[in-house]
Amino acid sequence: MNPTATSVRRKLSTPPVPTSSFPYHPGSLLSVLDLSVEGVSRVLARSTELELADPLIRDRILAKRRIALLFYESSTRTRTSFELAAKSLGADTTLVSSLSSSIEKGESLKDTGLTLRALGAEAIILRHNSSGAAWLLEESTRLPVINAGDGMHEHPTQALLDLRTILAHLRPGIREVGAETLAGVTVAIVGDILHSRVARSNMLLLPGLGAQVVLCGPKELLPEQAAKSSAGIAIERDFDKAIGQSQAIMMLRIQAERLSGLQLDLDQYKAAYQLTGQRLAAHAPAAIVMHPGPIIRGMEITAGVADGVQSTILEQVTNGVAIRMAVVERALVADEQGGRA
Amino acid sequence: MTILAILNGHLIDPAAGVDGPKDILLKDGRVAEIASPGKLKSAADAQSLDAKGLTLAPGLIDIHVHLREPGQGYKETIATGTAAAAAGGFTAVAAMPNTTPVNDSTEITRWMQQPERGAKVRVFPIAAATRGSKGEVLSDYAALKSAGAVAVTDDGRPILKDNVMRETLVAAARAGLAVIQHAEDTRLTQGASMNLGPVSFKLGLRGMPPEAESALVERDIRLVTELRDSHAHLHVAHTSTAAALAAVRQARRNGLRVTCEVAPHHFLLTEEHVGLYNTHAKMNPPLRSAEDRDAMIDAILDGVVDAIATDHAPHATHEKEVEFELAPNGITGLETALGLCMRWLHKEWKLPLGRVLSLLSAQPAALLNLKGRGTLAVGSYADVVVFDPKAEWTYRATESLSKAKNTPFDGWTMQGKVRWTVSEGRVVYTNPA
Repeated sequence: MNPTATSVRRKLSTPPVPTSSFPYHPGSLLSVLDLSVEGVSRVLARSTELELADPLIRDRILAKRRIALLFYESSTRTRTSFELAAKSLGADTTLVSSLSSSIEKGESLKDTGLTLRALGAEAIILRHNSSGAAWLLEESTRLPVINAGDGMHEHPTQALLDLRTILAHLRPGIREVGAETLAGVTVAIVGDILHSRVARSNMLLLPGLGAQVVLCGPKELLPEQAAKSSAGIAIERDFDKAIGQSQAIMMLRIQAERLSGLQLDLDQYKAAYQLTGQRLAAHAPAAIVMHPGPIIRGMEITAGVADGVQSTILEQVTNGVAIRMAVVERALVADEQGGRA
Repeated sequence: MTILAILNGHLIDPAAGVDGPKDILLKDGRVAEIASPGKLKSAADAQSLDAKGLTLAPGLIDIHVHLREPGQGYKETIATGTAAAAAGGFTAVAAMPNTTPVNDSTEITRWMQQPERGAKVRVFPIAAATRGSKGEVLSDYAALKSAGAVAVTDDGRPILKDNVMRETLVAAARAGLAVIQHAEDTRLTQGASMNLGPVSFKLGLRGMPPEAESALVERDIRLVTELRDSHAHLHVAHTSTAAALAAVRQARRNGLRVTCEVAPHHFLLTEEHVGLYNTHAKMNPPLRSAEDRDAMIDAILDGVVDAIATDHAPHATHEKEVEFELAPNGITGLETALGLCMRWLHKEWKLPLGRVLSLLSAQPAALLNLKGRGTLAVGSYADVVVFDPKAEWTYRATESLSKAKNTPFDGWTMQGKVRWTVSEGRVVYTNPA
């Protein structure tokens, strides 16, 4: 290439990238980045208050408020815990799932959202198989939208409940979190990072609180670009080394439904990345073992580890209800300062 | 046919080497006379347009547009698409064959050019390279050419099989037509909706690797090299990657007939413009990295790029108001090309006005061998754009004459306002201002 042209080009200005001024409803939670560190701290504190509150008082908070759960993908944990969380606060919930609604007849996400709004929904909790769907729904309805997982993109309430689990074990008794709360803590995220919204939300949330995140997995499931997602993220392909430096190990399922033709040798995968009791004892005997579920016993994790003393898998599920109470409340109630977390 | 004189303007006709104050006289759809101001000999009966302070140039030529007819008139029609073309200063557009049905026949090729279509400017059909654009059996190039087709392509459905592409290049060369390739190895882009890179990872979208484009360009160039004796002409549509441009550059050094076009969005925008799933930043090839975008600018400035083409791809509003992955590819471009080229290529990056206009008229005309177009030499078609090169204005998608409003350039500042567009002697667009 002509060197002069190159040197000329360096000085050229180009059109600016538009800064995102997405007109969020202040109650929406589409990405973990919608929350400042103080906001995260408030959600965590509020989830504890709500968890401990008298159920008969708690259920007046959103008494008779209407919340729609709009689910385009199957779900056990997320759907049930959102539903229980909303009902614990007294809200009326209705579930619309893609397989038993007009979505099957070809109704668009926009029209489905507008229909729910016309039916009186005041907030929508959306699980969708397409990345970015929550933004489209919020733009179409201008309602508070809670992203309960959009494609391979984000799952913010999962990251918050994971954080609550990590704090309970590694920073017990802490009341407020800040930018240094997890300084010195390394969290390993292992497995199918490429297709994981849980990984993406945790990668954006945890470094903001001072944690180091180490990503571990084969190249097909963990591209190099992943390390560029934010500061505080590194890639370690050696599983033993990755867990050896970590206080929390987050195992991920291989998302067979999203592999899109990618061929994996599962025996090879298991040999390299399955978390076994032996491996755990040898390299991370004190770390907590997390998994967002659903777990595939005998694939990414052995039954012994999943049921073992280091496992926090069911604790995470329980934490999900508390976190989602705080997030659902935030969607519909502005706090006393007139703002939100 | 009326006689039209355009007086007191500044004529820039790069192909004819003219850059100065000239009056021109248009008669019977052709340029009849060019003279210094006030010196036209036969202007007595002519209607006149006063172009004082304005620039006259050969009407712009866009060799890559989708007019959607036949079959997809809800997105755009030949009438509305060419109305947008006229508003953008274009007097000729080459229409891609991915219509419904695919334009692989002389019937459709002729149908598109019939006066009943209501075209404001000249439409040159580009025919499908293979039947149904299925990449298997070649269409009849000689017949298509005689029906008016100016090139062949399976745009959007690249010809992947080596043997079919080889046959296509040979047969098209025999018919005197260019083969336009939408270079994308679709085996590498399954399910992908944007460029592969840090942004696609962040957004959780499957990415198209730049190699999907460059590998096919390299394959095509290898075939053209092997077929050197048949003088095949390969034209690379909407080039978007540095690697593909490098391959074109090298092919040219090797004396091959390989040309390329770049779309305004590829020399202006990057993958970052996808923002939070803006479907108006979704097209194929996708917006690429800043390095790729800079390579487009370089290649335009140093002359490797043969034409600016918009890939005008109108879609109905409801089609773009969907999940990013589900949205169709493409943006409109006919009304914004000149304004963006003037604002950025000329004003910002100092490409001389004559070269900007050449990329938008003389060079694309030469590329598709459009005789009598892309110049205003006496005897040429009376295709003229008259514009104010200094005027700044703001583009409003809602005011578009296209049926579609899917543009990432809504609200952008443009430079160079079209005042009149004249197609074969008829004024087909007048700016109300």
